Amino acid sequence: MAKIIVVTSGKGGVGKTTTSASFACGLAKRGHKTVVIDFDVGLRNLDLIMGCERRVVYDFVNVVHGEANLKQALIKDKRIENLYVLAASQTRDKDALTEDGVKKVLDDLAKDFEYIVCDSPAGIEKGAFLAMNFADEALVVTNPEVSSVRDSDRVLGLLQSKTVGAKAGQPPKEHLVITRYSPERVQQGEMLSIEDVKDILAIPLIGVIPESKTVLNSSNAGTPVILEDNADAGQAYEDVVARFLGEDRPLRFVSSERKGLLSRLFGD
Amino acid sequence: MSWLTELFRERRDKTSANTARERLKLVVVADRMHERGAPSFLPELQRDILKAIRRYVQVPDSAVAIDVSRDDTMEALELTITVPESAPPAKKPPAKKARR
Repeated sequence: MAKIIVVTSGKGGVGKTTTSASFACGLAKRGHKTVVIDFDVGLRNLDLIMGCERRVVYDFVNVVHGEANLKQALIKDKRIENLYVLAASQTRDKDALTEDGVKKVLDDLAKDFEYIVCDSPAGIEKGAFLAMNFADEALVVTNPEVSSVRDSDRVLGLLQSKTVGAKAGQPPKEHLVITRYSPERVQQGEMLSIEDVKDILAIPLIGVIPESKTVLNSSNAGTPVILEDNADAGQAYEDVVARFLGEDRPLRFVSSERKGLLSRLFGD
Repeated sequence: MSWLTELFRERRDKTSANTARERLKLVVVADRMHERGAPSFLPELQRDILKAIRRYVQVPDSAVAIDVSRDDTMEALELTITVPESAPPAKKPPAKKARR
């Protein structure tokens, strides 16, 4: 039985696509057959982050409309076995995706895949709703910043009331992913802490991704950051995947490493 | 020494992260309530209050604003009635006896 995971946030630009790409890569790297779907119709970007933008022939909307079959539209990742991408369409037609159409595609994918990762568009409109509607679990991506936390709270409300699971009395299991975290700024009192965000959103934390230059570098290159073994952000995503699969891992990269005067004077 | 700790505490309380946290808590509570729907009698209450005021003075619909705020321990109904200084008196004099 396939598990459907939505990566959502409400606010744009907080790291949904980065998280979707790395999370899907991480699952596949561990041998789980995984597909990651871009639900952002009209603003396709997952293909760029995954580095497969030149291999998109058919997309999600083509499949929903029966213009292509899944086999034609699924893009097999060249780096990782077991990983496939289903790109969004660039159409401007708002109604390109329908609830029934999406359900049919997910049902078909479920026959063949262990994990289906749905990369939600920003907002709480139709696309975002369809991405979360059939989810078994949800990664709620949040920056430690007021507008992002507020929007995440709105999305949590929708997950708990409007999804197919919620209506059947079994809402998606929620996980909090805090991204762009800067322990130094938290220590300076300039940024909401992990505790602050957890306190307000009141869902279990599955990982904290530190602010990192590598994220931009890897999106420049089309390499999901989890594949950068030496990057702290990549390792933090690795931890997210491990915890999702039931491993117990302590949080990393969450405390400030600013050196005190003494250690600066005398070295380590 | 205590003034020093006080000073530091005060400084800590005034960090922007603290401001963010307090603002967020309030706005999230308000959002959640909006989602769940504020008490359903509010529009009716607002109409009744407007009607009562208009027995004495002519005011626009916007004269009565009702807000609900909630925290852990209580729920407060905030009622703001704005009567413009230039508001004309009601056309009909107020009834002498309350209508039964």
